[in-house]
Amino acid sequence: MTARHAPLGGRFISLPVVIMALFAMVAGFYLYHRFVYGLGSVTNLSDGYPWGIWIAIDLVVGTALGCAGYVMALMVYILNKGEYHPLVRPAILASLFGYGLGGIAVMIDLGRYWQGYNMMLPWLTNVNSVMLETALCIAAYITVLMIEFSPVFLERLGMTRVREKLNRFLFIIIALGVLLPTMHQSSMGTILVVLGHQLSPLWQTPLLPLFFLISALFMGFAIVIFEAVMSSVGFRRPLEGEVLGKLTGIMAWVMLGYLVLRFLDVVYRGSFGLAFDGSTQAIMFWLENLTAVIAVALVLPKANRFKPHLMFVCACMILVSGTIYRVNCYLVGYDPGDGFLYFPTVGEIMVTLGIFSLEILLYIAFVKNLPILHTPQSAYEEEHPHPAEASGSATGSAGTARPA
Amino acid sequence: MAINRRAFLKGMAADGAAGAAAVVTIGATGEAVAGGGFQRTPFEMPADAVGLLYDSTLCIGCRACQAACKEANGMAAEVPTPYQDWNEGLWDSPTDLSGDTLTVIQVYQDGNMAVKDRAEDGYAFMKRQCMHCTDASCVSVCPVTAMTKDPVTGVVIHHEDRCIGCRYCVLSCPFGVPRYQYDDPFGAITKCQLCTNVPDQEYSACAMVCPTGATLYGRVDDLKAEARLRLAKDPGAEHAYPRGRIGGDNEPNVAPIPVYQDDFYGDNILGGTQCLTLAGVPYDRLGLPLEAPDFSYATLTEGIQHTLYRYMILPAVVLGGLVTLAWRNSRRHKPEDWD
Repeated sequence: MTARHAPLGGRFISLPVVIMALFAMVAGFYLYHRFVYGLGSVTNLSDGYPWGIWIAIDLVVGTALGCAGYVMALMVYILNKGEYHPLVRPAILASLFGYGLGGIAVMIDLGRYWQGYNMMLPWLTNVNSVMLETALCIAAYITVLMIEFSPVFLERLGMTRVREKLNRFLFIIIALGVLLPTMHQSSMGTILVVLGHQLSPLWQTPLLPLFFLISALFMGFAIVIFEAVMSSVGFRRPLEGEVLGKLTGIMAWVMLGYLVLRFLDVVYRGSFGLAFDGSTQAIMFWLENLTAVIAVALVLPKANRFKPHLMFVCACMILVSGTIYRVNCYLVGYDPGDGFLYFPTVGEIMVTLGIFSLEILLYIAFVKNLPILHTPQSAYEEEHPHPAEASGSATGSAGTARPA
Repeated sequence: MAINRRAFLKGMAADGAAGAAAVVTIGATGEAVAGGGFQRTPFEMPADAVGLLYDSTLCIGCRACQAACKEANGMAAEVPTPYQDWNEGLWDSPTDLSGDTLTVIQVYQDGNMAVKDRAEDGYAFMKRQCMHCTDASCVSVCPVTAMTKDPVTGVVIHHEDRCIGCRYCVLSCPFGVPRYQYDDPFGAITKCQLCTNVPDQEYSACAMVCPTGATLYGRVDDLKAEARLRLAKDPGAEHAYPRGRIGGDNEPNVAPIPVYQDDFYGDNILGGTQCLTLAGVPYDRLGLPLEAPDFSYATLTEGIQHTLYRYMILPAVVLGGLVTLAWRNSRRHKPEDWD
């Protein structure tokens, strides 16, 4: 079995692709304004809310969604769970785009981007700055992701000699690919500790780094499942159901552990009362955590984990919960006083939508032209033929994979 | 394991310091470090630190300080939108600190505003500018050392040529001081630097022009002594308020002592500030946080950061473990699995 990963082929242009391309173009229009007339002309940013959704969503949530590669590398190469191997390549690709575009979002948001390279100058290093650690770590990780992804190009270009050489030291790159997200994902929590009382005690805790690390893990699992189901439905391919079911179980346990810690922390710090004061913050706190509780409850019965529509709903809810958690930490829970308010402008939202659209566009373009998605003839598939193939359908079918 | 869990819970209950140390260490290595020791030692104020003492009860709201500040720093006049119908820009009338305003006089108002410096049915003035924290968050968080603290005077200085405009200083400042120019495609961060940035300026322009001595410049030790002197006197007793700078040539403003709050603001809170405030109304009414610890929040983030990354030992150990596992597992697989 040589070609276990294969390009999907097929036409690139479709209605969703056109719509997403339009979103990306609208984002381009707003970006023109941002660079010509300044941040204030496009955003609702203020000195009370100097960071808006371009940081909270594009970067902080975007890189969490980019943790697919992190968790899969952890599972397959560190914990030696070879059965998840088919999920690795698409996961690395999703990470590459998640992190790459997160990095671009930062450059858009930087008020003095033309001096951005100062972060790389050793004589300007501030070892106390959590942001410097985070930024350098993310930059390093994007490089690691590119190397991790390079076998796909080498395979496509038939450069087997280079690939063999790369394979010899790939284990070091993979180890770095697990270490670096552990570092910067937790640091994105540490960044907020300095806000002190400006961040509501529902979120402000010295455990922020730990919570951000765990949320990166469960969001990483969730995006792997989400993307596998979506690929299966969208590209009409069979679903790696057994493997994804097991993954759903692991994700649910991680989420449950996190929830226990999260509530213990809020209660121990004596801040639980704030969750009942009827404020927007309290509502968002419950929205964040109840979504997670329901997601876990949904797949607690073992049989449910292997039902594609339930695993999909569970993954979606965990993505929503993790997203709300991160947005709560960076925006909703933050109160600078002085009557400052923030809600993103249409321009900010369009840029964010454009960036995510571009991400999906590139993903589709890559999987159609490069050997990324796993062909159905894995050992597992040979033992358990997919119903669609068994019935002789040439194209395969979404069959069991259609979400509710 | 039992020990770990106990240390872990104990740490969490200890609110802050011990919590992060114990938990963070467990998270990373599986070993518990009970007790504190992770919080970075708070910085001491330099012996010759300088600052301002703002006495809200002396302030008459004339805004001479604002005008002098604009002139000294060469900054543009500001006319908020509601005033633009009748104010064509001759009258600089900022309502808040901004990218063009480094100091501003604001007013606290309550009820019918009958009496000055009274919390209920009264009003009071407040001067906003950089507080020049002893242990400043902005200095701690800046990724490119664009915020530095002068080792002698303790003045927090901003270096525009280094700044990348990430606005983490804006986000982290507990007093909401650093500001960014959002309407300029090449905007900068601005904040008061006590006029150390102004050539040939002997001391802060705002203090230099204050007619009543409400804004007073001096060594922080002297300012604190002056504040304590005022607090020690009985209300109604006569006091010679220095004007301009402590030890300067200006004739003092002789006036009776008002009813002050119990203490001046800025001695210890958030690690202490070099700009101090005295007022007749509670400080939180003037926008100064009272529900805050006696240390800078930067001691917590830096503590977490340096516990995890001290000499990069922990990341190196973790990387070593990961490399070993990845290498061992790689030998169990066929080469084509490795991509």
